[in-house]
Amino acid sequence: MKLESKIPEGAIGDKWTKHKFNVKLVNPANKRKYDVIVVGTGLAGASAAASLGELGYNVKAFCFQDSPRRAHSIAAQGGINAAKNYQNDGDSVFRLFYDTVKGGDYRAREANVHRLAEVSVNIIDQCVAQGVPFAREYGGLLANRSFGGAQVSRTFYAKGQTGQQLLLGAYSALSRQIKNGKVEMHNRTEMLDLVMVDGKARGIITRDLITGKIERHSAHAVVLATGGYGNVFFLSTNAMGSNATAAWRAHKKGALMANPCYTQIHPTCIPVSGDHQSKLTLMSESLRNDGRVWVPKDAAKAKGLSAKDAANIPDSERDYYLERRYPAFGNLVPRDVASRNAKMVCDEGRGVGTTGLAVFLDFSDAIKRDGKKVVEAKYGNLFDMYKQITGDNPYEMPMMIYPAVHYTMGGLWVDYNLMTNVDGCYAIGEANFSDHGANRLGASALMQGLADGYFVLPYTIGDYLAKMPYERVSTDHAAFEEAEKAVKDKINTLLNIKGSQTVDDFHKKLGKIMWEYCGMARNEAGLKKAKGMIRELREEFWEDVNVLGSNEELNMSLEKANRVADFLELGELMVDDALNRDESCGGHFREEHQTEEGEAKRNDEKFAYVGAWEFQGVEKDEVLHKEELVFENVKLTQRSYK
Amino acid sequence: MSDELFFQFIAKKLITIKKMNLTLKVWRQKNVNDKGGFQTYQVSDISEDMSFLEMFDVLNEDLARKGEDPIHFDHDCREGICGMCSMYINGRPHGPKQKITTCQLHMRSFKDGDTITVEPWRAGAFPVIKDLVVDRSAFDRIIQAGGYVNVNTGGTPDANEIPIPKTVADEAMDAATCIGCGACVAACKNASAMLFVAAKVSQLALLPQGQVERKTRAENMVAQMDAEGFGACTNTGACSAECPKGISLTTIARLNREYFSAKASSENV
Repeated sequence: MKLESKIPEGAIGDKWTKHKFNVKLVNPANKRKYDVIVVGTGLAGASAAASLGELGYNVKAFCFQDSPRRAHSIAAQGGINAAKNYQNDGDSVFRLFYDTVKGGDYRAREANVHRLAEVSVNIIDQCVAQGVPFAREYGGLLANRSFGGAQVSRTFYAKGQTGQQLLLGAYSALSRQIKNGKVEMHNRTEMLDLVMVDGKARGIITRDLITGKIERHSAHAVVLATGGYGNVFFLSTNAMGSNATAAWRAHKKGALMANPCYTQIHPTCIPVSGDHQSKLTLMSESLRNDGRVWVPKDAAKAKGLSAKDAANIPDSERDYYLERRYPAFGNLVPRDVASRNAKMVCDEGRGVGTTGLAVFLDFSDAIKRDGKKVVEAKYGNLFDMYKQITGDNPYEMPMMIYPAVHYTMGGLWVDYNLMTNVDGCYAIGEANFSDHGANRLGASALMQGLADGYFVLPYTIGDYLAKMPYERVSTDHAAFEEAEKAVKDKINTLLNIKGSQTVDDFHKKLGKIMWEYCGMARNEAGLKKAKGMIRELREEFWEDVNVLGSNEELNMSLEKANRVADFLELGELMVDDALNRDESCGGHFREEHQTEEGEAKRNDEKFAYVGAWEFQGVEKDEVLHKEELVFENVKLTQRSYK
Repeated sequence: MSDELFFQFIAKKLITIKKMNLTLKVWRQKNVNDKGGFQTYQVSDISEDMSFLEMFDVLNEDLARKGEDPIHFDHDCREGICGMCSMYINGRPHGPKQKITTCQLHMRSFKDGDTITVEPWRAGAFPVIKDLVVDRSAFDRIIQAGGYVNVNTGGTPDANEIPIPKTVADEAMDAATCIGCGACVAACKNASAMLFVAAKVSQLALLPQGQVERKTRAENMVAQMDAEGFGACTNTGACSAECPKGISLTTIARLNREYFSAKASSENV
């Protein structure tokens, strides 16, 4: 199989403009003859469904939540990047492009990233027109702040709830199309398989989560906007329901999964407090604008040090290690760098708190400098959230933070048109392997989700549909029959194992394996061990899991079982990919490959490619396909934030 | 430190790390047609660092091991923003603390030996689906009736072409922060959805972008709210007091003003 990225010819700044002219169009009167399925209603899915509906296509949208407004994009806190240069600080489309490619440790496709930077400015215009209440200056113009990996202020925000406001904007556009009858919305419905007819994606099989009814939906194209797979780690900042099932089942039907080992460990999360922990809570990266990260210089003083006693450590005995090691970027180094450094100081025994797996994020200097009021205006809701969870008051003592799984840069392989290698199956937002390379910069996920949904897919999908016949495939087609049967069989199998362990038992075990061996630092021996352990665990799952209840009811145990079954397969592929990528880059840190200072050391000669994996059958190793990455506009260098 | 003080200190420490044992009275209802009723459960060794939902996870894992159907409840982000969680705890939506959702409620708000009663949102417009899970799709339909600005993707002016005074933007943001959880409805003796509708109407009535459709929006959203069967507002203020995002009662005053001035000059109805 040859991977065709379909990157248009021409200079980087002209590619998208030319491509938009070259793609085929569907006549406005003919758009109503095409049906498009959109799975997922986060930023990417909701914006795509709304925009496609506006254009005139018949859209069917699906979400597993009780309302499209609750997709996990809603939890994004800090902001959204755009190359508006409103601050007159030297930003430009090219700089945003450059920062993103560099931030991704040179493992992203240049043409996609440039397009992302180009349309970023339209996103802000769009959201403001919808009534998204972005933060403003007293003169009435939009305010910006800076984020990790950038030396300009290009991040637009709405308090610490930017994801919420952008999603509610997209949700309002989607609601408008539902009202207009152009989008048929299916809440509490989960996609369980992709239906292929004559080599093309022509529909999906879903389960109504309330009645358990298995249903068939036919369309001319299927768009997966189903988010990331961070929950493979059990503990992550993802929502409890976030899962890989739709993407994984598309993968099993032929869509390649690219760079699955690229996972982002976010540096500022609230540390784990005990075995009962069900998820981890992120504290926005924006806090690093004013918070200073430190641990005691002396390991003996760090042991068991609580936030309340942090004030007893004089400044001379504190190690502000990010400021010390990276004077240019200081506390605003990119996420992978900040996370790894936190792990490093904790490995040295200088971690604080009862577990020793935490560092301080201290606002006392900011409060002294700007006053409590200013700090409260910027971060009030985040401080409240922290206090609620930990019982500590960050106005009086430093926060304790530790890295946690947050985002997955890997995902379904897509070409420049955002189509997977399966004809008619698109992947947008976090679900695709995307524009972030091996590490995503802060405030870029919201940008990418909305870029894909509002401004890219609506153009590129037309090019595909224009070549498709209008005829609809009947859901009585044998392919639907077969897919439905496979879904039902799988559910029945799960319900009839009646073993002795709960679904969560398996999910927690898998999470521990993934975090230990395929988390912040990886090595060959550990990864090989993990592969064996995951295989054994998967075997055990299919023999000993206990899924209660029946299919014909709201059954959260069954929902979880379906998802964990897929995580148990995806986890192994992540390990395979991490083993194959015998270099360090961005969020993928192989201990064998580091500079003397402990920074990630890439191997561009051998690994400047996208690793896209082809499914061969559950117990078989997948086959690797490579898309070589060509850098014509950005020079590959050792990433430095010093 | 004297011996006595030392022992007091240790005893206090021991109390603070002691795990809690609790009695839970939880509403169980198989489906929308089932009558439903309370069932009592004991949970032990609950840490004060657990969230309320994690305490339910512990209980559900226990039930699952015994082969009993776990208690179904809505939850997703577990960080107070998706609006999915919806428990009515000891007679209050989202429990005893103000301005938080159930998922943000931690067990340090309870003490050893407590009996905690947990019910679903109670409102005719929010039928129970199972146990603590209710159907809130009425909220979606209210937004569909007009909770948006009619703009298509593309062709919008530069974002800075519409200057908005900071105070106005901030006030709009305060209203826009609504998470659509439905606590306002659950708190209201009439199960009114006024605060939810008022939040969206306020956000868009304050902003210049919302001016064009200001009248029709207020009329259509209120009409849909009534059609869904939510009760009338008597300005008691329980909704705002129990709102996890602290949406102000002022928004209801603004909604009334918007609605009446729309009605008075309407060309729509």
